[in-house]
Amino acid sequence: MPAIKEVWSSKLGVILAVAGSAVGLGNFLRFPGLAAQYGGGAFMIAYFVSLLIIGIPICWVEWTLGRQGGRNGYHSSPGIFHSLMKNRWSKYLGIIGFIVPVMIYMYYVYIEAWCLGYAANALAGNLGPGVDFGQFFATFTGAGGDGLAIKFGLHDVGIFVLIVYVLNFFFIYRGITKGIELVCKIAMPALIGMALIILLRVLTLGTPDVSKPEQNIANGLGFMWNPAKPVVERLVDDEWTVVETIASPNLVPAYEARLATDGSERIIENSALANLANPLLWLAAAGQIFFSLSVGFGVIITYASYMKRNDDVVLSGLTATSANEFCEVALGGLITVPAAFVFLGAAGVIGQGTFGLGFNVLPEVFALMPAGRLFASVFFILLFLAAVTSSLSMLQPGIAFLEEGLAIGRKASVAILGVITGIGTLFIWNYSADLKALDTIDFWIGTVMLFIQATILVILFAWGIGMKKGWSLLHEGSEIKAPGIYRFVLKFITPTFLLTIFTLFILQNVIGWNFSFSAPLFQPTGYVTDLIGEKANPVAQRSMLFIGGMILLTVGFTAIAGRTWAKRDKTSA
Amino acid sequence: MTPGGWINLLLSVGFVTTLFIFCMWRVMRGSKSDADHLAHVEPHDPDQP
Repeated sequence: MPAIKEVWSSKLGVILAVAGSAVGLGNFLRFPGLAAQYGGGAFMIAYFVSLLIIGIPICWVEWTLGRQGGRNGYHSSPGIFHSLMKNRWSKYLGIIGFIVPVMIYMYYVYIEAWCLGYAANALAGNLGPGVDFGQFFATFTGAGGDGLAIKFGLHDVGIFVLIVYVLNFFFIYRGITKGIELVCKIAMPALIGMALIILLRVLTLGTPDVSKPEQNIANGLGFMWNPAKPVVERLVDDEWTVVETIASPNLVPAYEARLATDGSERIIENSALANLANPLLWLAAAGQIFFSLSVGFGVIITYASYMKRNDDVVLSGLTATSANEFCEVALGGLITVPAAFVFLGAAGVIGQGTFGLGFNVLPEVFALMPAGRLFASVFFILLFLAAVTSSLSMLQPGIAFLEEGLAIGRKASVAILGVITGIGTLFIWNYSADLKALDTIDFWIGTVMLFIQATILVILFAWGIGMKKGWSLLHEGSEIKAPGIYRFVLKFITPTFLLTIFTLFILQNVIGWNFSFSAPLFQPTGYVTDLIGEKANPVAQRSMLFIGGMILLTVGFTAIAGRTWAKRDKTSA
Repeated sequence: MTPGGWINLLLSVGFVTTLFIFCMWRVMRGSKSDADHLAHVEPHDPDQP
């Protein structure tokens, strides 16, 4: 059994590191967009149900399995699976815990460079009024064409990619305590402090444009949090289609007066309970919990493996989860959408994805805001800090696997991982047109594989190790007790809910079902048609080949690691 | 902002904030007696900077 080389220097250190891994762009951009899109009340009910039955239990599973793996002297997912299941094939079940963080790092570091670049441009006064932010984004990220982003001016992403690469590898080379823990102990409080400053600014915006009195902060908060939103629907081809969302219930009479008189338009307001019948809402809420908490990522399991033998995992896991939820709901939920609504109205917010909201809408909002240059700088530094704590966490599982699998030192493992991730980032950086390579890898690796890994973890814990032993492991050294109901939840509810959500996800995002039983329609989505058929996209196909290559490389590494670990097992037996 | 919106906001934000403060308080209270800073030993690794 190998000697444990590193441990966290404090309980707070590992909690902040896990929270730092979880808190990212999704907290401040993706969550508010989804909550506003699906109507605050119903979405929040589905969101908290998902938190209780998948978020918290899977976190506890990962913390427990990770600490147990660390006790056995392993820190990577393949190693931990090998040590827990004592089966020659078990290590291969853990390869997702290497592939997912390493491949996500390849594109995440690119997005991290956008955050740093936008912060630098905001500080330099380049994001002021009059800028075409859509054009700025396309030029900066290279979304306009392949190869266009490989430039190194202030208005280009290139120099920032290099800076964040050097920064990340510098800190990861310094190790657990002097690198990751140090960064998170500084970055996390700074991030929360910056978010509170921006929150104060947003909540005191009032009605910035007196010619648009409905665009005020109360309506902005209402747009995000009202349980249901009235919408204008129009009859098109015998189907009612939403054409406009009404910002406030007070404005319904004015909209009613403008409705078409031929009966082809109507105003409806679904209750929160009616919205809960929408499977897409559950899919969005559960997906947000899943991705926001970084469960199934391979990060928590690795981080927890560096804990001391009898460190608590119940309270630590809950604290890291609550820190992420605080940043997401209490900070992200009160900043992004209300601010965008106040300056741009409902039309400026609806239909914007994570990148649209963060890099098109918000720069425009800051450009219109008094002292906007300062607040834009603070906001993008905040996003950068959120991104850097996440990207560091994505490197450690890879470092741990290479160190213990190939029996090499940190210097060599950092060098190998640097080359692998460097090739991947260069691939994504070069194929930047419509961000196709980034999007393809994000979907197949950063989304589909997460579901698979989380399901494997829960089944291993509840059915492989067994609930009795698993529950006992969870509570070793614990400072609080997990509610007993979670024995049942972990064994039955979490796997069932996870598989249901995964099935819905595949039906929507791969097969393209319209969720109608009376007139079912299956139309494969772009993620499928990009790969096969007449509309196949060469970049998407190359991205899939790249993913295949990475899987083969990881399987090869794991086979070599198996020999190393078999020898180690014989020596320690 | 409707009354339902206020209730939704206060319950959601209140829940996560209370949970976060409670957890941090329990962690800080626990770590005082833990003397973590004395327990940490990181063996020297010649590969490390």
